[in-house]
Amino acid sequence: MFLNRGESLIYPKIIDPIIMQYAIETTSITKNFDEITAVNRISITVKPGELFGLLGPNGAGKTTLINMLSTMIEPSGGSALVWGHDVVNGSDDVRQNIGVVFQDTTLDDRLTGRENLDLHGRLYGLDGKMRKERIKEVLSLVELTERADAIVKTYSGGMMRRLEIARGLMHHPKVLFLDEPTLGLDPQTRIHIWDYIKLLNKEEGVTILLTTHYMEEADQLCDRIAIIDHGEIVALDTPQALKNMLGGDVITLGFEKSDNIEKLCSSYQKEGCANTVSNNQNEILITVQNGEREIPHILALASGAGISITTVSLRKPTLDDVFIHFTGRAIRDKEVTISEKVSYTKIARRK
Amino acid sequence: MAKTSYNRAIQTVYTMWLREMIRFSRSRSRIIGALATPLFFLIILGAGFSSSFQVKGGGSFDKSFLAPGLIGMSVLFASLMGGVSIIWDREFGFLKEILIAPVSRFFVSLGKAMGGVTTAMIQGILIMIIAWIIGVRYQSIWGIFLAIVMMFISGIGFIGLGISIASKIESHEGFQMVMSFLTMPLVLLSGAFFPISNLPSWLKTLVYLNPLTYGVEALRWCLLGNSTIPISICITVLLAFSIAMTALGGKLFGKMRV
Ligand SMILES: Nc1ncnc2c1ncn2[C@@H]1O[C@H](COP(=O)(O)OP(=O)(O)OP(=O)(O)O)[C@@H](O)[C@H]1O
Ligand SMILES: [Mg+2]
Repeated sequence: MFLNRGESLIYPKIIDPIIMQYAIETTSITKNFDEITAVNRISITVKPGELFGLLGPNGAGKTTLINMLSTMIEPSGGSALVWGHDVVNGSDDVRQNIGVVFQDTTLDDRLTGRENLDLHGRLYGLDGKMRKERIKEVLSLVELTERADAIVKTYSGGMMRRLEIARGLMHHPKVLFLDEPTLGLDPQTRIHIWDYIKLLNKEEGVTILLTTHYMEEADQLCDRIAIIDHGEIVALDTPQALKNMLGGDVITLGFEKSDNIEKLCSSYQKEGCANTVSNNQNEILITVQNGEREIPHILALASGAGISITTVSLRKPTLDDVFIHFTGRAIRDKEVTISEKVSYTKIARRK
Repeated sequence: MAKTSYNRAIQTVYTMWLREMIRFSRSRSRIIGALATPLFFLIILGAGFSSSFQVKGGGSFDKSFLAPGLIGMSVLFASLMGGVSIIWDREFGFLKEILIAPVSRFFVSLGKAMGGVTTAMIQGILIMIIAWIIGVRYQSIWGIFLAIVMMFISGIGFIGLGISIASKIESHEGFQMVMSFLTMPLVLLSGAFFPISNLPSWLKTLVYLNPLTYGVEALRWCLLGNSTIPISICITVLLAFSIAMTALGGKLFGKMRV
């Protein structure tokens, strides 16, 4: 077919995912507001098809980072490529390739769900047939087909969120940004939305960058997680690797009497069946790799020393532990006091 | 290349227009409210002023004189509202959905303007019809057609003004202030409610600086066949005003941040 020279410019450059190394690549990207540095020299890469999480407390800079990547605001410094296009110089190409679900709702609540989707399709240049088809698809994906013709004002929060995700998918984006997709939803709806997100990522191969301050969400969904605090990345890895960084599983031993506990502790350390040991009245807390395998050894050492153990528990470290480790506070934006830390371990133990 | 971007531009304008139309069709109370005020003016003021009151230049000062003024006023209200409604779009978040789309901001604001001017014209035409029902007579079919064109041109201008203001206002609190500080003087200092042929010079200056004056005068010429300001001047001023405001609105909207 004959193509005139201008025509190659019409369609956004199609970039082969095999050639393209990263779906998102930021280089020292920075955003300063008047006095605050909301995002401070962040460099991350996200591979095509990856489900990447930004985990951080309120005000960490998650939304600001997403706003820069989605061309809503310009960086004060550094640069970023999204699907191969520069977010400043190639913003139109970036926009054509991304879908964004903002933290706050951006639906027109006087319109019906279907009308919202239809307008979106038009803005992204889908023709009538394609819009109809796609609207049907995305509505059934988020299970809103039945309410599609109701005015959005009459939707529940969870329905609105689902409609927004559906809308973000209308134009087959290569990269989807989800800013707190489940904020304020009940646990059931949240799990529902997690399922959609996983489905999209696994079956449609959409690269997803999501922000959250729910540990469980990040843990459940993400291939990799960046923990962001005060505008900086403080840790970045797979959820498992992050948890492993803490030195393994947490084993708690309970004793009838506190006699000789000190001695036992040092022998655990000497024998290499503990990375860290701490005792607390009638308890010993041990972190160690492969906790299950170490328990017999630990118990044997205790009975060898003639100390009777009343309870043993083992738990895997959670992202909460990781978060506290890297930021020195719980995600609720409070400083973690000693007492809070203790009560925290107690709650975790009861689980 | 040219054809595709042309189609995209049309598509963008149409999409924004469509949205305004859907919203307009759902807000029955807004339409009734918008018609009620000019209707009261027309009936009460029209009856209050005696028809023997002769205006220099021919026309009589009665409900016929008031009708074009009220049409102009409702076009002004509807258009400014249409432009300033971008503030609500920002407040309720929908603006982000528009700004994130891979479309030209200029055509987005043009589409918004087309939507707003359509609602303004619908309201203007409804008042024209109501006035006819209560006895105002227009000079010709052509005059009515031309009057609709005048509503379009002046409407576009005021929407551009509204969009420009909305792009600069930080919050919706500013909205109320703008509406009262802008609309009242514009209406009172136009020829909507009084003949402008015999004014003290200070007032005359203000009236002649007001774009609405030219809109009302143009409507009067089209519908009644006479005006104080020559129609050619009215059209020139209105065209210049609406082109300037469209350009300004498009430019400021392009720079707008959420
Ligand atoms: N437009 C703005 N002007 C000034 N400061 C801003 C602006 N937007 C964000 N900030 C500041 O930048 C910092 C990061 O904000 P951001 O919204 O990115 O945080 P976040 O991680 O998304 O938080 P949350 O979990 O509450 O959504 C905050 O201190 C915030 O006050
Ligand atoms: Mg945020």
